[in-house]
Amino acid sequence: MARPMQVSRYWRHFREKYMLIGGKCENGHVHFPKRSVCPVCGSRKIEEIELSGRGKVLSWTIVRNPPSGFEYYKPFPLALVELEEGPVVLAQLTDVDPEEIDFGMEVEVVTKKIREFEEDGIILYGYKFRPPVE
Amino acid sequence: MRKAVIIGAGMTPVGEHWKLGLRDLAVEALLNAMDDAGIDRVDSLYVGNMVSGPFVEQENLGALIADWAGLGNIPAVKIEAACASGGAAVQEGVKAVLSGLEDVVAVVGVEKMTDAWPSDATRYLAYAADAEWELFHGASFVALNALIMRYYMKAYGYTEEDLALFAVNAHANGARNPYAMFKRPIKVETVLKSPYVADPLKLFDASPVSDGAASVIITTPEKAKELGVPKEKWVEVAGMGRAIDTISLASREDLLVLKAAKVAAERAYKMAGVTAKDIDFFEVHDAFTVMAALSLEALGVAGKGEGAKLAKEGQIAIDADYPIQTMGGLKARGHPVGATGVYQTVEAVLQLRGEAPSQVPDAEIGLTQNIGGTGSNITVNVFRRV
Repeated sequence: MARPMQVSRYWRHFREKYMLIGGKCENGHVHFPKRSVCPVCGSRKIEEIELSGRGKVLSWTIVRNPPSGFEYYKPFPLALVELEEGPVVLAQLTDVDPEEIDFGMEVEVVTKKIREFEEDGIILYGYKFRPPVE
Repeated sequence: MRKAVIIGAGMTPVGEHWKLGLRDLAVEALLNAMDDAGIDRVDSLYVGNMVSGPFVEQENLGALIADWAGLGNIPAVKIEAACASGGAAVQEGVKAVLSGLEDVVAVVGVEKMTDAWPSDATRYLAYAADAEWELFHGASFVALNALIMRYYMKAYGYTEEDLALFAVNAHANGARNPYAMFKRPIKVETVLKSPYVADPLKLFDASPVSDGAASVIITTPEKAKELGVPKEKWVEVAGMGRAIDTISLASREDLLVLKAAKVAAERAYKMAGVTAKDIDFFEVHDAFTVMAALSLEALGVAGKGEGAKLAKEGQIAIDADYPIQTMGGLKARGHPVGATGVYQTVEAVLQLRGEAPSQVPDAEIGLTQNIGGTGSNITVNVFRRV
């Protein structure tokens, strides 16, 4: 496993992973994460857009044999969430009974710990999705 | 334009080769292929491999394998396209021959996976996904395919039993292949009773972690004649196509269309001057059962959502209309990732020479389809009996 001397590597995605900042091209195509070229029309005129973080479960699975580094969290639900602005995001689901996950289930974004490294390593945070609290 | 023919094919059994390293496997397969062609030198070497760095701390595979196979100071490089590395390496070899720059080319696909701990192997395989937006969240390759599988079942009303039929077919054929990792037939219940790895994907929906190497020798018909290789051994590389799709699953236009396979197949069919109807057997990339279904759809064998129907109707067996995985597929033969595309090629060669253990009667044209990532990098090759 790679050693966790990579603060900059994770920090450079701070805006996407903490604030769900995506991209919107001049023709209105929204994508996440932000790219330099619109994947739909090829436009390079892209502005940042903060996504609402509300969406619906498109498909999901329960990860029982995760990649190394995630053993502590297993089993955990992982889903494709279709955001209300259109883009689909891959993320873990949290605060949910795996039995209750269903197609179209409404979810909202929440910032959570994604992974820890060894004793002196960094802790990664990022977005997960949960059923709306209110 | 020049034509390319395969004049030699060799492989090692697929399995957990605890006594053999990456170089041993690669050299054995390569020498087998050279012996099969009856030659002792080649102009260049292309190595299909996906993740030798993390798995065995070895890159620079071109030099390693050419050196240890005693090939002299030839050009040799590694070709990487995730699990499609093998199929891509075959294509690079063919391109070198077709260009006229090289006359006799060796291709070897190799992967040594069992030297790593299982959870590390799971991590290394996920390097084919998007590191920042998929692996970051703990996605394994199995999990990403499970997301597709659940969506596919929901979209078309298929059950876990329906998809299990692909595994049953693969094992039935693999049982007759002396080079297969699993040589036992299985039942639908075997698949259904196996534990979930990433629901609804079970252990027996997935191909195994494997070690192995396969190799082919490519040249022109003129050179083959000059080298004295009997014509019965020649198999023409009639068509090739390769295309990519979004690296991350979340960015896919349609989760249920292997667009890269579709584009690659169209190119390969066009180059070979054939359609899906002309193909006598298909070696599709069944790393997971749902991928076999989606592949049949992308290759134009089945309509959208009807790939699994072909299995239900019994149309994928050796003696049926669309035989697939004639030597076990990834599921039963095994899936040493970067080697798989070359294994598929070797198996197509055996079928077209009439030497396969599960022979498709009078096979004239065969197709191999090799998927990298969750459909992000795909090669399709069409082979024809000479």
